[in-house]
Amino acid sequence: MTAASIDAGAVADEPVDRSLALRGLRKEYVRGTPVLRDVSLTFAGRGLTAIIGPSGTGKSTLIRCVNRLVEPTAGQILFLGQDLARLRGAALRAARRRIGMVFQEYNLVERLSAIENVLCGRLGYVAPWRAWLRRFPREDVDGAFDLLEAVGLADRATQRADALSGGQRQRIGIARALMQQPDLLLADEPTSSLDPKTSVEIMELMVELAGKRDIPVIVNIHNVELAKRFAQRIVGMTGGDVVFDGAPGDLREEHLKQIYGGEAWL
Amino acid sequence: MSDTAPAGAAPAPRRRDPFPANWPARIGWIALAAYTVYAASLFQLTWTRFVEGLDNGARFIARMLPPYLGKWDLLWRGLSESLEIAIIATVIGVATAMPIGLLAARNLMPNWVTWPARGLIALCRSFHPVIVAILFVKAVGFGALAGIMALIVASIGFIAKLFAEAIEEISLKQVEAVRATGAGFANVLIMAVQPQVLARFIGFSTYQLDSNLRNSTMVGIVGGGGIGATLFTAFQRFDYDFVLTILIAIITLIMIGEVLSGWIRRTFQ
Repeated sequence: MTAASIDAGAVADEPVDRSLALRGLRKEYVRGTPVLRDVSLTFAGRGLTAIIGPSGTGKSTLIRCVNRLVEPTAGQILFLGQDLARLRGAALRAARRRIGMVFQEYNLVERLSAIENVLCGRLGYVAPWRAWLRRFPREDVDGAFDLLEAVGLADRATQRADALSGGQRQRIGIARALMQQPDLLLADEPTSSLDPKTSVEIMELMVELAGKRDIPVIVNIHNVELAKRFAQRIVGMTGGDVVFDGAPGDLREEHLKQIYGGEAWL
Repeated sequence: MSDTAPAGAAPAPRRRDPFPANWPARIGWIALAAYTVYAASLFQLTWTRFVEGLDNGARFIARMLPPYLGKWDLLWRGLSESLEIAIIATVIGVATAMPIGLLAARNLMPNWVTWPARGLIALCRSFHPVIVAILFVKAVGFGALAGIMALIVASIGFIAKLFAEAIEEISLKQVEAVRATGAGFANVLIMAVQPQVLARFIGFSTYQLDSNLRNSTMVGIVGGGGIGATLFTAFQRFDYDFVLTILIAIITLIMIGEVLSGWIRRTFQ
């Protein structure tokens, strides 16, 4: 539909409902020990939602179930009018194209250049022979340069990813995700490998670029301060259950005690 | 009292020896040494026998010198045929080994695919190239074709296994990220797997070219064509001076190959 236009604030002619609904989402890596206990959540089609909680509580599993990097055991994932949990093969790949993802360790292809990594965001649309010969469509290449400019790395386009710093790599990661022109942006601990200053810059960049394009963002993050600062909504999880769901202003100490356990760290 | 411990104190508890004797390993080494001595005694490997051998060797070397500098056309035909065998076998072998190696990679393929692929690789590896060459000479007759086919089999066995291992060592995080964009399998291979393994693939392939050059001089001895056939004939005719010429030519060929593959590696990395 809008595969060709990568124009910054471009919204589709008819507004798409970009909301996401999880219904009874359950994941058991080992039978009988659920990591996600029938989570039901609805995410609005705009703004940034932060999921906070201690390590190993199922935040990553939750977010990875959405684009099926992890197979949910039971439940529904309703997005763009279909249940993602039931998709297979080509239909699943088509759904993944609509969902961008930013990773904790950036997950760039280290031996590819910055712009090749950004162009990876178009691989759902580009024929293999074009990818092989690096004959990406002109508008994709232009779009990739625009995004590199937007994340402030236009001058690094041809540098290999392994020559970039952590913050620069995550910027490329964001550009790659946005290159998909997604209807949803998932970020799995995008700042955990970065220093505090870079973390704030990365969050700002994500909020700014996704906001311009009206893309809803779901971020896993264990830094409560960052979550409060950038999110319009916070979901607190512990032990595979949602224990808090509300505005950042409503998050109180007792909630944090419940989410993370204990109080000595507060 | 010379003891530093206070009088009457209980002796310090004996700690566990941090470097315990590894008896199974010691027994293993001793057994290896004993067997070697026993096996040598079976063949009467004595010093007198060795000195006799040296004497014979000296006469042999004397007959090789000076190298015979005729029969250039014979030499050249053998060498160029060996080179052709090596290059054809490497190109076809590597091209065949790549898909087989991919199919054998356990991190990208399901079990029911990797098992047959691994079986095929194991089959290709189970015999030394000489034996494979003899089989092909019997099957398709004397000449370069048999040599080429034998070296293709050897290349597949070696390269496919290394390719599979290289693919199994890639970072799956990079693959996961590309998969998350909705890319199909072919595009994942092209943009996420190939960049991670290409440099090593080039390295393996040039190594195989080296190895096939060496082996291409050998398959001729069993009838597979190339300089090996020339060498074997010279041996049988006791033309030891021409043997030396051929040996020097082979050394030169191998060294040129070595330089060439080093150059290829540098160009592609």
